[in-house]
Amino acid sequence: MSDTNLLTVSDLTVHRGAAKILDRVNLSIAKGETLALVGESGAGKSTIATALMQLLDGAEVEGRAELQEAGDLLSLPARQMVKLRGRRLSMIFQDAGAALNPAYTVGRQLTTTLRRNLGLTRSAAHAKAIELFTSVGINDAEARLSAFPHQLSGGMQQRVMVAIALACNPDLLLADEPTSALDVTIQAQIIRLILSLTRERGASCIFVLHDLALASQSCDRIVVLYAGQVVESGPARDVLTHHRHPYTRQLESCVVEIGRHDLVAPEGTVPPHDQMPKGCRFATRCPRALDRCAGEAPPLTPANPAKDGALDHVFACWNPE
Amino acid sequence: MNALPDPKAQAAQAPGAAVFELIEVEKTFQIRPPGRRFTRETIGLKALDGVRLRVEKGTSLALVGESGSGKSTLLRVLLGLDAPTNGRALYHGRPIRDARAHGRDFARDVAMVYQDARGSLDPRMTIEALIAEPLRHFNIVPKDQIKSRVAELLNRVGLPTDAAKRYPAGLSGGQVRRVAIARALASEPSVLVADEAVSGLDVSTQAQLLTLLRRLQQDMGLTLVFITHDLGVASFLCEEIAIMYLGRIVETGPTDAVLNAPAHPYAAALRAAAPRFFEPMPEPLPGEIPSPLDLPKGCRFSTRCPAAQPDCQTRDPQLGRFGQARAVACLHPLASPET
Repeated sequence: MSDTNLLTVSDLTVHRGAAKILDRVNLSIAKGETLALVGESGAGKSTIATALMQLLDGAEVEGRAELQEAGDLLSLPARQMVKLRGRRLSMIFQDAGAALNPAYTVGRQLTTTLRRNLGLTRSAAHAKAIELFTSVGINDAEARLSAFPHQLSGGMQQRVMVAIALACNPDLLLADEPTSALDVTIQAQIIRLILSLTRERGASCIFVLHDLALASQSCDRIVVLYAGQVVESGPARDVLTHHRHPYTRQLESCVVEIGRHDLVAPEGTVPPHDQMPKGCRFATRCPRALDRCAGEAPPLTPANPAKDGALDHVFACWNPE
Repeated sequence: MNALPDPKAQAAQAPGAAVFELIEVEKTFQIRPPGRRFTRETIGLKALDGVRLRVEKGTSLALVGESGSGKSTLLRVLLGLDAPTNGRALYHGRPIRDARAHGRDFARDVAMVYQDARGSLDPRMTIEALIAEPLRHFNIVPKDQIKSRVAELLNRVGLPTDAAKRYPAGLSGGQVRRVAIARALASEPSVLVADEAVSGLDVSTQAQLLTLLRRLQQDMGLTLVFITHDLGVASFLCEEIAIMYLGRIVETGPTDAVLNAPAHPYAAALRAAAPRFFEPMPEPLPGEIPSPLDLPKGCRFSTRCPAAQPDCQTRDPQLGRFGQARAVACLHPLASPET
């Protein structure tokens, strides 16, 4: 694959007991690019992000995730991983209220990151913390540093998380549904904030999202996951307007846009891990399924074979649209 | 629902033509001043302030607003769980608290689907027992028909009959919501009040529930009051919409009309903030919803309003008629009313 890629994930497979939560996931992200992982719950979106951070507990992880100048994130010893977290890659969690430590002020949580990773003195870290809080749009930053997480609104907590995550200028940010607990007007603020700050720093960002419309507004590329497998991926516009996989269409047709009065709800749900179909995992719910789909898993195929396949639009389907 | 009937029209109408009618409803909670944990002093927090609302029979109304806008308090007043501090809250022309206190008819007629569906179901009861409970309580069917009625209800909400023997823990998030809907429908209500009944679900599950709710509303002629923060959901499910901000309704009217050309700048901002395919992300509203303990002077939206004029800081706009079916509380509405 091209060496401009900041991160290249190949054949990432995660087992938890007998259940295969992720199955040979391949993806890559270029410097400065934003990528959205979309799919339903149980698709493995968050598992990818937590596996990359080596934060998955009690699961077997196989495959490689090559981060430029750092090596394979999945096999790095814990001691080295600690040095990368915060500095090279960091993560924003869905529920900022639960991710922040309730026993410490938000200022202390931010300055700890700064002092530990950047070796700043107490006063330098304090000054930098004020600067960071201001940059994430927290008014009266100095006073807010001494607030405890519970004293802040959900939107403010998420801003604090963004500040902590970006404190040491990582070049890869993983944002796991950063706004699903927030009101829409605050959601727009936070997404714009993350995008402008990562852009400013030239960092790449992987968003875990369930809202396809939001993904289309904020991300360069989209990876659609179903039951632990990539079913389609490519540039956002190609995937959403020229989708080839029936599941992508289904996801898209479920988005209730304003003014929409027709809605065809899909049948069924994602099969449980122990009842996964042998062939294509979507076959049981697929309106276009053929006999072949039940027995044989389709490989990822380039949508435009003429172009270089690596970064381009690919899909996994025997009977594409 | 007629947004704001003028007094003459109201007098002409038979009392009780509306299922719910809120007239200048105010709800003030007495709380300790923030930061002073050990004082006995209390101050008033106005969660609802001058809410006027009519819900007519057979319509569907979406209540939309951010957290802190007073949606849930309004819901508690509608259900008679809280009495309004001022103003009148009527159910078929009768004070809601009275209706609730006397007899079981109110509880039977007004059913509720809670936001946390799993939390609203006893984890130690089977689905069958959960749905049979309201059937027995309200004597809906004779004892020997309970089983078949439960099966019928499960079928109506699209659950397999064998779900009856299972426990809530054994069902998925979407299935649990269906059980909550089946349980609400068991008492054969005419009004269904749902608090964020489809939020936090996957899009496909959400789409399934939305089509189910719309079908039920149409088939059973239900009056639907649906609290949501998602304008797409509101526009799909509800004919009427009421948008709330800091304890007030700032705009109301037919959903399509309001969302196509919002008159209140807050309604317009909500509309713009909703994600839309490939549209560039709009400039979001600055700041957050102010504390109800420290309301801005004049219009309460003026601190965040992109279209605020000098007089917005001094005059507090009331909800007033805007065209035929709409009402808006703004001194300088964005759209002009169509007649």
